[in-house]
Amino acid sequence: MNLNIDLIVNNINYIGAMILFVIGLYTVLTHPNLIKKVIGLNIMETAIFLFFVSIGYVQGAVAPIVNPETGEQMFVNPLPSAMILTGIVVAISITAFALSLIVKIHAAYGTIELDEIMKIRSVELDD
Amino acid sequence: MDDLFVRITTRMILPFIQIYGLYVIIHGHLSPGGAFSGGSIFAASIVLYTLAYGLKPGQKRLPHHISSKIETGGILFFILIGLIGVALGYTFLTNQEAGFPMGEIGRVLSAGLIPVVTFALGLKVMSTVVTLFHTMMEEE
Amino acid sequence: MRKIFTFIMLGGLLVVLLSSISELPPMGNGDNPSFNEISEYYIDEGVEDTHAPNLITAIITDYRAFDTLGEATVLFTGIAAVVSLIGITHHSKNKEDEEDDLHG
Repeated sequence: MNLNIDLIVNNINYIGAMILFVIGLYTVLTHPNLIKKVIGLNIMETAIFLFFVSIGYVQGAVAPIVNPETGEQMFVNPLPSAMILTGIVVAISITAFALSLIVKIHAAYGTIELDEIMKIRSVELDD
Repeated sequence: MDDLFVRITTRMILPFIQIYGLYVIIHGHLSPGGAFSGGSIFAASIVLYTLAYGLKPGQKRLPHHISSKIETGGILFFILIGLIGVALGYTFLTNQEAGFPMGEIGRVLSAGLIPVVTFALGLKVMSTVVTLFHTMMEEE
Repeated sequence: MRKIFTFIMLGGLLVVLLSSISELPPMGNGDNPSFNEISEYYIDEGVEDTHAPNLITAIITDYRAFDTLGEATVLFTGIAAVVSLIGITHHSKNKEDEEDDLHG
């Protein structure tokens, strides 16, 4: 039991990222509202960012900004942070594009509930 | 939003937000921050202005024909800076070996192409976020 | 019914994900495989190579500047797609609205 609590406390970032990922996937799968699906997608992206940045974390290290006066220091891994910066920008672009598509869908069908859109589309196909 | 307090407060804090955004962009190679965070802070000021004063005055702050020029200009400037390295016989986007003035570590004007590229990218990110917001708001 | 089924499936996925934690390298350890010679090179030589104390800026605008060019291209493509989707059809509508405002 003692070991289990240690495992949870030491890896709390990984556990949080995994729970966030499952919450986002649940939102994407179960909600028919398209905007809520986009929100779920963003939660999943955040989970991946948290996991990736946690990989580069080093106990007791500081942010990778070199100060020549303080001398030798431990720095966290700068590579995952730099990659996640790219990921955030891509996430913003994807979200903006998805929201503009939703605007167009609302103009075409008058609703953003996926099951109602499916109903309208099936009626159109039958005709 | 038609509220006197919001408008006066916005007018008061607007220059400070913009100065802070420019600070984050220009000091991107010395302190936490950089082109993307600084550009987002700068864009937040114009988004706040649009929220307080309405869409028409907000679009006058950054009209579409200027923002499109900033966006294309920022990315073309980046490519041009990279092509300097190619012209001098090194690889694309070479910094120190291509002879950019490196300066003293810790000064604002140092590190060769990094501050130049950061400034161009920051302006581009600012214009992109503002254009996204204005385009989404126009739709209503 | 569908919600309960999804809940059970995602619970199973969460258990699988959580069980992988004991196999991951411990968080915050300086000897992790992610902390390889590339990161060590950036930390040791980054300031000498780029004269920028902020190592993340040194990476994204010097060592991996081509990556950042792609990032800017993604941003540009995103804004172009959004404006082409909802920007153009609106302008004609906007003019009609303005004319309606003027006449009405």
